[in-house]
Amino acid sequence: MPADVYLNVAVGGVLTGLVYGLMALGLSVIFGVVRVVNFAHGEMMTIAMYIAVTLFTAFHLDPLVMLVPIAAVMFAFGYVLQTRLINPFITRPEYSQFLLLVAVAIIIVNLLLIAFGPDAQNVQTSYAYDSFQIGPLIVDATKAYAGLAAIVVAAALFGFFQYTRLGTAIRACADNYTGALVVGLDVKHLYALTFGLGAACVGAAGCMLLLIFDVTPAVGPAYTLLAFVIVITGGLGSMPGALLGGVLIGLTEAMAGLLFTPSAKSMFAFGILVLVLLFRPQGIMGKRTA
Amino acid sequence: MIASLIEGVPHRALALLGALLVALVAAPLVAGDYLLTVLILILYFAYIGQAWNIMMGFAGQLSLGHALYVGLGAYTAASLYVHFGIGPWLGLLAAVPVAALAGAFIGFLAFRFRVAGVYFAILTIAVAEFARVGFDHLSWASGSSGLFLPVAQFTHNDLWQLRGHPVMFYYILLAAAVLAFIFCRALLQSRVGYFWRAIREDEEAARSAGIDVFHYKMIAVVISAAMTSFAGVIYAFYYNNLFPEQVFHISRSIEIILGPIVGGIGTLFGPILGAVILTGLAETLTAALAAAGIDLPGAKQVFYGICLLLVITTLPDGVWPWVCKRIGLAERNK
Amino acid sequence: MNALLSINGVSKRFRGLVAVDRVSFEVPEGGVFAIIGPNGAGKTTLFNMIAGVFPPDGGSIIFAGERIDGLPPDRICRRGIGRTFQIVRPFPALSVEDNVIVGALLHRKRVGAARAHAHDVLRRLDLYDKRAQRASALTLPDRKRLEVARALASDPKLLLLDEVMAGLRPTEMDRIVAILRELNRETGLTILLIEHVMRAVMALASRILVLHHGAAIAEGLPEQVMRDRAVIDSYLGVEAIA
Repeated sequence: MPADVYLNVAVGGVLTGLVYGLMALGLSVIFGVVRVVNFAHGEMMTIAMYIAVTLFTAFHLDPLVMLVPIAAVMFAFGYVLQTRLINPFITRPEYSQFLLLVAVAIIIVNLLLIAFGPDAQNVQTSYAYDSFQIGPLIVDATKAYAGLAAIVVAAALFGFFQYTRLGTAIRACADNYTGALVVGLDVKHLYALTFGLGAACVGAAGCMLLLIFDVTPAVGPAYTLLAFVIVITGGLGSMPGALLGGVLIGLTEAMAGLLFTPSAKSMFAFGILVLVLLFRPQGIMGKRTA
Repeated sequence: MIASLIEGVPHRALALLGALLVALVAAPLVAGDYLLTVLILILYFAYIGQAWNIMMGFAGQLSLGHALYVGLGAYTAASLYVHFGIGPWLGLLAAVPVAALAGAFIGFLAFRFRVAGVYFAILTIAVAEFARVGFDHLSWASGSSGLFLPVAQFTHNDLWQLRGHPVMFYYILLAAAVLAFIFCRALLQSRVGYFWRAIREDEEAARSAGIDVFHYKMIAVVISAAMTSFAGVIYAFYYNNLFPEQVFHISRSIEIILGPIVGGIGTLFGPILGAVILTGLAETLTAALAAAGIDLPGAKQVFYGICLLLVITTLPDGVWPWVCKRIGLAERNK
Repeated sequence: MNALLSINGVSKRFRGLVAVDRVSFEVPEGGVFAIIGPNGAGKTTLFNMIAGVFPPDGGSIIFAGERIDGLPPDRICRRGIGRTFQIVRPFPALSVEDNVIVGALLHRKRVGAARAHAHDVLRRLDLYDKRAQRASALTLPDRKRLEVARALASDPKLLLLDEVMAGLRPTEMDRIVAILRELNRETGLTILLIEHVMRAVMALASRILVLHHGAAIAEGLPEQVMRDRAVIDSYLGVEAIA
């Protein structure tokens, strides 16, 4: 194969990986602050994907245009989920939290199955088959738009946490739960906001991913796993780590699909995960604790 | 030996257990085909939940990838049968070590490198997923197109080759579940059991109390994996077909652990009660939806998920500890 | 008397900060040895090195004639050093009895024998009547004694106590002091304690080491140490009043 094929696939993998990274960012933010592992993460993304598909088929609304309202809906979903269901569980053992979110995941997958059926759905945008040519490089328009959108959303989130008072308060909560309570922060509300933000991230990522992949109710668990792999590879709780992990996994999957067989690509992602867990358990960008 | 088994068990409890056992032994005489398959499922999950409980309930190591050991057991025994005509009981001699080795591999890596908690859980998922995709591409085990055993004749039961009527599988699983229960009780009350519970409660304090934490965690994962693989062998010869996509899938791992968690983690009756509740719930929902004329794929699972939510939000420690409290009975060791 | 434990020029640095600076001392067999000093003097760091939580950067620790520095905590415990934690950590969901059985099983293969031994230890520590309770349901003084009981059950030659009096009322403190004295007198158990509460130290210790900024500034019999100029200036002068 000529070199430019590799390069094209690699660039495609990186762009897809940015969207993976945004999805994982949601998981990382939730874990970093609320200390709950969202085992329904991929399933939440499929909700957003189905909203986007429905809006597209009914009103021809482009998923990228609907990204903000869909993210807002997912934010509300995450906020309510945290306050109503998850909050009493934050002090319970991990297996208990796990079971709770697995139950949520089961409900989501099957409600989607009832509502939309088992068949794969996708959106056919006007630019679905467009591509950009930059020198020898050919980039799919969908992947380019999706990757750019992921960068924009991730940057916005990063800015929120760095430069706004609310973002600073949430970070304070993550650093020191008791301290945050003592200085009078409404931790329950901040946790719910964080869960909402995580859900909004994954909602936005869902809109972008829909440009690249089909959606079925059953893909949720696979994306949950993918998000775990990325977040642990990059460093659980690290925002740049999640993006970097996403790019790395996206690139690995793309190259594995090209060099071996697409169906074996997740083996490589899991292989990377195992290596990271063993040799750098805190993740590539993670902070070493004690 | 026998005396030490029943030592400290109240007579009423022994009588109840005995009556339950008699009822279970007699059940196939009265149960129809449908009820028999349900009972087989319950026993299967009770057995396998007991095996998982050793790791999580006793030693505190959250494994979310137990489908790996089911799959390895199933595939090893089935492949030996299909390729070389080696029967399942001999195949067990290969299947159990293979699964135990896989458990030892995961345990060694995780416990040596201090991979714990959520990270450990995700490592176990990752290895199981790795195996799923790997077996999809393993042509010796027929890959993704599935491995098929010659379909059983129900006319006569061949216990040696595990070919026969579901009643035979019922009794095998009943024996397995009873033995697993007795074995786990013995483990829990042995030296190892005390050390496991110490590790579960506080690993650092356990280490300071002189316990070789690595060693005892390894024992837990190897025993659990070995026990689980037996269920895999039975699975293969009961269903007669194996697909990596099914046996290694994460949803299989989740199914395994729901029972013990709902029933009561770390307790001996939890896995059994959980298996009864969850299998019973699933079957009742199927029947209820059929009676109501609702034929929606997914509807059953939605109700199942909602019931699961209700159980864990109202009884976070599981159903069995709650029952114990209600009837004024304290199961030791939790 | 022979030295059961000898600390020879032991040092520990954390990110360039010297926490323990070439400390040497010997704990005689059958003695009660106390390490005192203000907060941040390096007492707990020293303690953790003896217990094997982390290895020293320099120096050696010799217990019963063998080097133990660098060994992991479980192996050190199996050699015969039992410890308690400053912030108590019994196994919360286990019963009081089971907590102590875990300790007793270290050198006993059979649970029955361990249980019998655990009962002896529980009686000694006034916990026998509470043996069926969950450890998490105990009051702080009871939990402190439970930790001592768990450590004792493993038949240590040396018992390390990390601020076992902290947070206790005077009557509770006297109770533990009496128990420890009796243990030391009757079984010859060697005790090394880190303690803030001077009342308990004076009642128990046969020798005292004073740490200040990671260095040993005085060591000797209690009366000698109490009169030491450097000790009064750096430590007692401020805290003895409190």
